[in-house]
Amino acid sequence: MIVRIMGEGQVKLDDAHFAELNKLDDELLAEMESGDEAGFQRTLGALLDAVRRLGSPLPDDALAPSELILPSPDASLEEVREMLSDDGLIPG
Amino acid sequence: MSDGVMKRMGMIFRAKANKALDRAEDPRETLDYSYQKQLELLQKVRRGVADVATSRKRLELQLNQLQGQSAKLEDQGRKALALGREDLAREALSRRSALQQQVTDLETQHQTLQGEEEKLTLAAQRLQAKVDAFRTKKETIKATYTAAQAQTRIGEAFSGISEEMGDVGMAIQRAEDKTAQLQARAGALDELMASGALDDPSGMAKDDITAELDRLSGGSDVELELQRMKAELAGGSSAGQQAIESGQNGEGQSAPQQDRPRFDKQ
Repeated sequence: MIVRIMGEGQVKLDDAHFAELNKLDDELLAEMESGDEAGFQRTLGALLDAVRRLGSPLPDDALAPSELILPSPDASLEEVREMLSDDGLIPG
Repeated sequence: MSDGVMKRMGMIFRAKANKALDRAEDPRETLDYSYQKQLELLQKVRRGVADVATSRKRLELQLNQLQGQSAKLEDQGRKALALGREDLAREALSRRSALQQQVTDLETQHQTLQGEEEKLTLAAQRLQAKVDAFRTKKETIKATYTAAQAQTRIGEAFSGISEEMGDVGMAIQRAEDKTAQLQARAGALDELMASGALDDPSGMAKDDITAELDRLSGGSDVELELQRMKAELAGGSSAGQQAIESGQNGEGQSAPQQDRPRFDKQ
């Protein structure tokens, strides 16, 4: 599966790693919903690190659609919340 | 996959990515996305070409089959006539006639499909060329963007070290000041030494005694010159000639000590 870290690039991940990533992803969602900014930043960092560690980066000129997308490392809780709001990632 | 942030973002991304993607993402990604869409379109056109070609093939097979049947009916009609069964022959020929109508219809369809296929093939070729051109342009833009990013980073790095650069500037200024100061001092020393107020440690300047001795030496040369001239005017006496010769020889041994003082300049 191909995962994109926004502003960073794409990473190819073996499906076997998804249990671990899912756990972090669920945590991230919970922290986002509860508004735990510190926890959110920590979990996002851990999730991004895990993706980078477990996956192999795709070359810049590779053309493969990302199945999953992660916020950029510097994204704030509010920004991600906005991205996931009804308006979606991009307004309009 | 649970419905976490990753998946939700991915879904929203795909749903919205064709709208002002660059506002939220790297423009390189927009280009890649656009290229990907073009590839998908190209793929669709190609599939269209393949579908039409398949239909055409199927029609051709049907046509062959019908033509075979038609030939068979014609043969049967001929045989029926030979056997004196005109009724059978008529039946065979009427069936053949119905088949012929089908054949004509299929042939029309076949021609239409062939035309479609040619058009689609041409469209696919044109689209392929466009997609190829876009890919090249996309890569160029991406490279330019990456370079611009690098440039920005360099700019940032420069502004980061600007304070340090300021220090370097100050150091250069100080060095220049010092050089100017040294040059001025050297100039002043030269003047002082020339005026005799300072001793020249290099031994290049003359002390006052040497200067006086030089002056005396120069005076003796004047005396010699006078003697030479007098001798010339007198018509060249031997004493005068001798004086001139000894004068011309410079440090000749025969010149009297009082006329040619010799000093070793230190």
